[in-house]
Amino acid sequence: MLKDLFNKKKKYATVPSDKIKQDVPEGIMTKCPGCKSIIYTKELEKSHKVCVKCGYHHQMSAPERLKNTLDQGSFRELDAEMISENPLSFPGYVERLEKDQKKSSLNEAVVTGEGTIDGYRTAIAVMDARFRMGSMGSVVGEKITRAIEHAHKEKIPFIIFTASGGARMQEGVLSLMQMAKSSVALKRFSNDGGLFISIMTHPTTGGVSASFASVGDFNFAEPKALIGFAGRRIIEQTIREDLPEDFQTAEFLLHHGQLDRVIHRADMKKTLSQVLMIHGNRGEK
Amino acid sequence: MGQRLDFERPLQELEDKIKELHSFMEEKKVDLTDEVSRLEKRLSKMESEIYENLTAWNRVQLARHPERPTTSDYIDRIFDDFLELHGDRLFGDDEAIVGGIATFEGNPVTVIGHQRGKDTKENLRRNFGMPHPEGYRKALRLMKQAEKFQRPVIFLLDTKGAFPGKAAEERGQSEAIARNLIEMAGLTVPIICIVIGEGASGGALAIGVGNHVHMLENSWYSVISPEGAAALLWKDSSLAQQAADTMKITAPDLKELNVIDEIIPEVKGGAHRNVEEQSKAIQSALTKSLKELTQLTKEELVDHRYEKYRNIGQYTFVTDTIGLK
Repeated sequence: MLKDLFNKKKKYATVPSDKIKQDVPEGIMTKCPGCKSIIYTKELEKSHKVCVKCGYHHQMSAPERLKNTLDQGSFRELDAEMISENPLSFPGYVERLEKDQKKSSLNEAVVTGEGTIDGYRTAIAVMDARFRMGSMGSVVGEKITRAIEHAHKEKIPFIIFTASGGARMQEGVLSLMQMAKSSVALKRFSNDGGLFISIMTHPTTGGVSASFASVGDFNFAEPKALIGFAGRRIIEQTIREDLPEDFQTAEFLLHHGQLDRVIHRADMKKTLSQVLMIHGNRGEK
Repeated sequence: MGQRLDFERPLQELEDKIKELHSFMEEKKVDLTDEVSRLEKRLSKMESEIYENLTAWNRVQLARHPERPTTSDYIDRIFDDFLELHGDRLFGDDEAIVGGIATFEGNPVTVIGHQRGKDTKENLRRNFGMPHPEGYRKALRLMKQAEKFQRPVIFLLDTKGAFPGKAAEERGQSEAIARNLIEMAGLTVPIICIVIGEGASGGALAIGVGNHVHMLENSWYSVISPEGAAALLWKDSSLAQQAADTMKITAPDLKELNVIDEIIPEVKGGAHRNVEEQSKAIQSALTKSLKELTQLTKEELVDHRYEKYRNIGQYTFVTDTIGLK
């Protein structure tokens, strides 16, 4: 009897939680990967999530990007209910999707819809790297294609913010074919005079870089964004030499003639508005 | 017969035994015909068993067989009057892609394909069939030329992928691939693509957007190589055999997924066993495709390609959205 009581007590011994050990309450402060300084998260949000000290462009979620780009209250989402299936019956895929849905509060790695920029109507797609690294499977391909078709039908421009590790492995060849699917839609749109602006944000690689992201009428990028076809590690292993520090950055691509401009986030909306104005596609508010 | 693969070893052993008996019979002048014919029957049964039940990995092995016919082997046998054309007019000539004009059963065509080397020396020149941007831009130049003169374009796909290198990135590997996808989408002539060996990722797709896409029975086509998939997904490239299965990369898999049109049968044991026969099988698939596609107008061809790719993918809908309202 006595022994039992003693054991019970032992069971309930308390261990200090990890939370108490933390100096910075989660969410209030953010550490800048650029200059390692600790910034108030609120302050960071006020400056378009750009570090005021070093200019590092922190990753933006799709909702933040839409808020930062479109006129307030103008966004109308398309195909929000579309979700992935598991076409190859890939082990663990459904669980990973569910996990990322919870984490990001998104159904998939891209948010599409229509909104206005300084009053100009535009179809828009924004990829979100928090969801399966922004990878493109059937749903991402389909939503982007539908957004292009929406722009085509409404005779409005199409703008995309890319952020993606490339094609989604778990959907195999179907992911690869999404590159072709979005391309056939873009070609139709383009043949009818549709305006397509691609803005590559960190990171834009693999199958996304090697399809719609690179073939905008205008190819823009955010400063220091990683953009490329093959991964840095794979290239280093293949050619057995070290790569320059700025390899595959937006600035590197600009230097090699692959981009029209690198645009600071604070100037993004203004620049997009300017391009839309020159193409004379003013929609109604 | 050529070099045998591991899963063909039992066949090899049996064949050797039969050969031994034959020479024994000749040498010693004894009659072992019954024994030989018994073994030959067993061999034929075993062949059927092995080649009709190939695993995904066995097919990958066949697709990589050192003697597997390459693009130029097929060009020589299927087309007449082939004239190879070089260069992208921008940077250089990438020998990982060959292309040119030819006639097919008397009609003008443009034919373009990835080109592996047959030996180390040629592989170095051809970069193991892994193109740089100038390779894709050469293909683009030749397909636009074909469009101008309204002749069909035939693509033969066989690559381990677009080359992952510094120079390739500097010259815009991504843009070169992306541009081809867009331009192939809009080309007003018939496009037929045939995967003859390995079809890895964007490097294959960059010459792979067609009205008809066919695959040789033992070729593979996917978003990544089995080794790459295993490394990326399970951090262990030795699980490639398992990945070959899971990733659904074989011709029957892609037919099932509605990504390809026809599976072109291979000669027993793989294309390398009889290049002449294999070329005939490819030729008859091409004849059939061209007969169908040359009846379409320019607009119909572009629409046909649009519909084909527009419908690839699987998705579903939920009733309540968890995201933005």
